[in-house]
Amino acid sequence: MGHVGATIVADKAQKPIAAVVESLAAAKCFSNGESGRNALPEAVAVDRGGRGLDAITPDDHRALMARIAHDQDRAAFAALFGHFGPRVKAYLMRSGSDMESAEELSQEALMTVWRRAESFDPKQASVATWIFTIARNKRIDAFRRLNRPELDPEDPALTPQAEPEPDEHLDEVQKSKAIQEAVKTLPKEQAEMLRMAFFQDKAHSQIAEETGLPLGTVKSRLRLAIARMRKQLKELDE
Amino acid sequence: MTAVTAYEMRGQEPTHHLSDELLMDYASGALDEAGSLFVASHLTLCPHCRARLQALEAVGGALLDDIEPVSMADGAFDAIMAKIDAAGSANENAAPAEAERVVDGTVLPAPLRKYLGVDLDGVQWRKKGGGVAVAPVPGMGPEANAFLLKVEAGRAVPQHSHGGNEFVMVLKGGYSDASGHFGRGDVELADDDVDHQPIADDGEECVCLAVTDAPLRFTGKTGWLLNMFVKM
Repeated sequence: MGHVGATIVADKAQKPIAAVVESLAAAKCFSNGESGRNALPEAVAVDRGGRGLDAITPDDHRALMARIAHDQDRAAFAALFGHFGPRVKAYLMRSGSDMESAEELSQEALMTVWRRAESFDPKQASVATWIFTIARNKRIDAFRRLNRPELDPEDPALTPQAEPEPDEHLDEVQKSKAIQEAVKTLPKEQAEMLRMAFFQDKAHSQIAEETGLPLGTVKSRLRLAIARMRKQLKELDE
Repeated sequence: MTAVTAYEMRGQEPTHHLSDELLMDYASGALDEAGSLFVASHLTLCPHCRARLQALEAVGGALLDDIEPVSMADGAFDAIMAKIDAAGSANENAAPAEAERVVDGTVLPAPLRKYLGVDLDGVQWRKKGGGVAVAPVPGMGPEANAFLLKVEAGRAVPQHSHGGNEFVMVLKGGYSDASGHFGRGDVELADDDVDHQPIADDGEECVCLAVTDAPLRFTGKTGWLLNMFVKM
């Protein structure tokens, strides 16, 4: 039943977009698992620096975002949707949404990506990070019915950065690559703890309760994971 | 010395920062509204923690990119493009309009001004005696507690320990306790192991944002005063 509502919504779509989008959909967007990362149609090929047609890298994401923001390029958006839609959905399901709400919310999240494309600032975050924050906020809004106070960058009370950023010569794409790498090389129990913390909407104390681990162990594993990532960033910076 | 202007206060960067735990719970979205208000208020005053948050959100981004994908429903892309076309640019224009009201001010961080509807000079204080006044932050829900606490220059806050966590951040002036000195933007996270007695700096009243996730237990004689405001 989970799929029914979402499918009805989908059927309301009046007209298909370009054929390229269809082929995209067939080739990649809606496939499950890693195989989906392979075939990216030529029509939406972005600057790959000769790396070939495989997995979409953070650089690709950024190039796609630029085309969406500047040209409202639907093919570029289709490619981004194909990559992130199923990931946002997976994230929402791990956070406890049922299939139907996860589908609905991930569609909403990706609509927000399109609508706010111009506000994306590649100097502040990678595309994956930006989309993570959008999906997270949708989830908080929908399931916890809480407001999430956020700072206002235009706030006159804001204390500006006094010195140059400590790692300003690292751009966000480099940083997110380093963090991605670090996440992949984390010891299994630390990585799992991070996933629980980020995906399952669990405060440290709840993770402790659920895993039966002492709170101190949860805290120290997460702290180790974060320390490791910091170290990775520092090494990259040197 | 009461004439510390907002501009002078803006200059300093905090030296007591948010814990990794609190920042991570904020980055992941696990933190409740009161805790999030506390974090957002500190972030306003602390470039260092803003950079730390960015790194933690990048962890969220990396985990998202790495997750095992789940197929979207057939036609999902066409469906959202149809919605986008139907809405036209109306939605884009509506977005700023639905953005919450902005409350002018330079002293309290914007997230706090929004909840209170005023900057510090407009806050309605309730005197609690002993040089202490409080003002609740509305809209935190039944479980959480957030309030502003004002202590006259040189006065002590009645001694108390905690049944849970108490997060305190200085917004104006400063105070000292066993852990050191705390000025604008500095945060102190007291848990149930801490039995502390903050004393406001001489020469200037001290205003703090306090958030608790469990009722405080007061150990001193004047503790009953503060029991008033944790129940607000």
